[in-house]
Amino acid sequence: MTTLETAGPPAEQKDLAGEFQDRQTPMTRIRNVLHKYPALSPAVVLLVSIVVFGLLNDRFLRVENLSLITQQVAVVGTLAIAQTLIILTAGIDLSVGAVMILSSMVMAQFAANEGAPGILALAAGLLTGLAAGALNGFLVTKFRLPPFIVTLGTLNIFVALTLLYSNGATVRGSAMPGLLTWMGTTFPVGPVRISTGVVTMLLLYLFVAYVLGKTAWGRHLYAVGDDKEAARLAGIPVNRVLMSVYLSAGAIMAVAAWIQIGRSNAASPNGGVDMNLDSITAVVIGGTSLFGGRGSVWGTLLGALIVGVFRNGLSLAGLDVLYQTLAVGILIIIAVSIDQWIRKVKS
Amino acid sequence: MIDTQHSSSGTLVAESRKPILQAKNLVKTFGKVVGLDGVSLELYPGEVLAIIGDNGAGKSTLIKCLTGAEIPDSGELHVSGQSVSFKGPQDARTHGIETVYQNLAVSPALDVASNLFLGREERVPGPLGSLFRMLDTKGMRQKAKAELHRLGISTLQDVTVPVENLSGGQRQAVAVARAAAFGSKVVVLDEPTAALGVRESNQVLQLVRDLRDRGLPVILISHNMPHVFDVADRIHVQRLGKCAGTITPQSHSMTDAVAIMTGAATL
Ligand SMILES: Nc1ncnc2c1ncn2[C@@H]1O[C@H](COP(=O)(O)OP(=O)(O)OP(=O)(O)O)[C@@H](O)[C@H]1O
Ligand SMILES: [Mg+2]
Repeated sequence: MTTLETAGPPAEQKDLAGEFQDRQTPMTRIRNVLHKYPALSPAVVLLVSIVVFGLLNDRFLRVENLSLITQQVAVVGTLAIAQTLIILTAGIDLSVGAVMILSSMVMAQFAANEGAPGILALAAGLLTGLAAGALNGFLVTKFRLPPFIVTLGTLNIFVALTLLYSNGATVRGSAMPGLLTWMGTTFPVGPVRISTGVVTMLLLYLFVAYVLGKTAWGRHLYAVGDDKEAARLAGIPVNRVLMSVYLSAGAIMAVAAWIQIGRSNAASPNGGVDMNLDSITAVVIGGTSLFGGRGSVWGTLLGALIVGVFRNGLSLAGLDVLYQTLAVGILIIIAVSIDQWIRKVKS
Repeated sequence: MIDTQHSSSGTLVAESRKPILQAKNLVKTFGKVVGLDGVSLELYPGEVLAIIGDNGAGKSTLIKCLTGAEIPDSGELHVSGQSVSFKGPQDARTHGIETVYQNLAVSPALDVASNLFLGREERVPGPLGSLFRMLDTKGMRQKAKAELHRLGISTLQDVTVPVENLSGGQRQAVAVARAAAFGSKVVVLDEPTAALGVRESNQVLQLVRDLRDRGLPVILISHNMPHVFDVADRIHVQRLGKCAGTITPQSHSMTDAVAIMTGAATL
C-alpha cells in the first residue's frame, strides 16, 4: 500500500484539489450551499414574505392572525408529509386529498350513523387510509405503473367511493363523539392559541424527520428515489421500501383526515381535491426535487407555511383569491427552476 | 477474510482444486436475444479470473447471473460446493459475494460513507439503536475512512461529500471499496478501470492483487488486455454468449487472446 501512494506523481493530487477550489465563483458557491441545505431557500422566502406582509398590513403580524395561519396550514401541512415521502421516491400522489376526505367520511359516518365509539371510528379511518395506500403501492410495485397514472386513477375511484358511501351528505361535528373533533380544540400558549391539530402536525414532522434522517429505512428511501436500479443492486428490497412508503403515506393521510374533521368541525364529502395539488405545491416550494432522492420534510413544512402566509397575507391586503392563486403559481415555477439550477451541481 | 488468511499457509494447497464458486451451463435469454448460451465457470481460492470478450459477448450477463442481479433461465450455481439459487443481489451478498457492476451501483445524492454502508447500515448500540433504530452515522463514517485508508484509496479524503460531486474515478473507487470491504468469499469487478486514469487504474489493479494475496478470489472483467495479462491467473474468453475457452497469461499471448475473442482463432 505504501508503494501505491508513492507510485503516482504527488503533484497530480494537488492539482485536483486546486482545480476544485479555483472553479468556485460566487454563483456556484451559492448553488453549492443551496445544494447542501435544500431547506434554505424556502426559509428565506418565508422570512421575507412575513416581513413584507407585516409591512403591508399591521393586522398580519397579530398573534390571532398568526395562529389562524397555523390552523389553516395544519391539514395541507400534514398531507404534505405523506406527499414528501412519495415524491422522495421519485413518485407523486394525486390522490392524497381524496384519500383524506374518504377517510374522514368513514370516521364520521361510522361514529354518527353506526354509533361506533370514537376510537373505533378512528381505527376505521386509519384502516381506510392504509387500504388506499396499499392499493396505490400495489399498483406501483407489482404492475410497475407510473405513480402519476396510478394515483390519477385512484383519485377518481376514491372521490366516487366517498360520494357513494356518504350519499353526498355532510356530517356535522355535533353528531360525532368528542374524540373525532378533538383536533380542533385549542389551548393557549402565551398569547397564542394553538390547536391540537397543529401540535399533532408538528409532532408528525419531528417523527418523520427523525425516521428519514436517522434510520436505515430513511436512507433506503432516499436511495430508491435517487437511483432505483443502483439501490436494487446494492441489495435494498426496492419494492418493499416503496410499499412501506405508500402504507405510511396512507396512515398519515388518515391523521390528516382527523385534523380536517377538527378544523372544520364537520366531515364533508366535497372539497378535498384542491388539497392534492396544494400538498404537491408545499413539497415543491419546500425544495424537494420532483425527480426524487433529494429534499427534506422541514422544507415541506416551510413550503406549507409559505403557501399559508401568501394566501392569508394577500387576502388581508384586500386582494382577490385570484391573485393568491396567481402568486402560488409563480412560486411553484420559481421553486422548480431553482431545483433545476441546483441539480446542475453534479458535474 | 481472516479465516482464509490462516488457512492459506496450511490447507490452501489441498483445497485449491475445490472451486469456491462454480457455475454449470448457465442460460439466460432476453426475449429473442440469447445473452448466455450454456456457460460454465469455476473460480478457485486465491486466484484472479479475468473474463474478456467483445461488446455484447455476455460478460456482464454472466456475472449478473453469478451475483443475483439476474436470474438465469437454467443452469446450476454452487458456492463452496453447496448448491445455491440467488433471488436477488442480497442473496449473493449473504453468501459473501460482493460485486462492482459496470453501471456503478452508487446512489449519487448519498455521501461516500452512506454509499459504502448502503443496505447494511449499522445502528448505535443500546436502546437508541435497538428501539429507536438510530443509525450510527459517526461510527460508519469513521469505519469508512479507516477502510478507505486500509485499501490504499487516497483520492477520497472526505467521506461526507455526496457521491455526485466526485469525479468518475473517485466514484469507481467508492464502488470498488465497498466490494473489497465487505466481500468475504468472492469479489466481482465489471470493468473497474474503464473510467480511470493511469494512476487510478494502477491503484485498482494493486487492490485486486492485495485481495488475492489475502486469499480472496477475484473475478475481473476488462477490455484492457495489458491490465488483464498483468493481474489475471486465468482468463475466461467469452464469445457470442458462449465460453470460447479458458487460457492463462503463460499459455497464450495477448494477440492470441484477441484472436480467440473475435473468432479469428479457436482453442
Ligand atoms: N436487460 C437486457 N435486456 C435485453 N437484452 C439484454 C439485457 N442485458 C443484456 N442484453 C443482451 O445480452 C447480450 C450480452 O450483453 P452483456 O451486457 O452481457 O454484454 P457484455 O459482454 O457485458 O458487453 P460490454 O463489453 O459492452 O459490456 C447483448 O446482446 C445484450 O444486448
Ligand atoms: Mg458489460
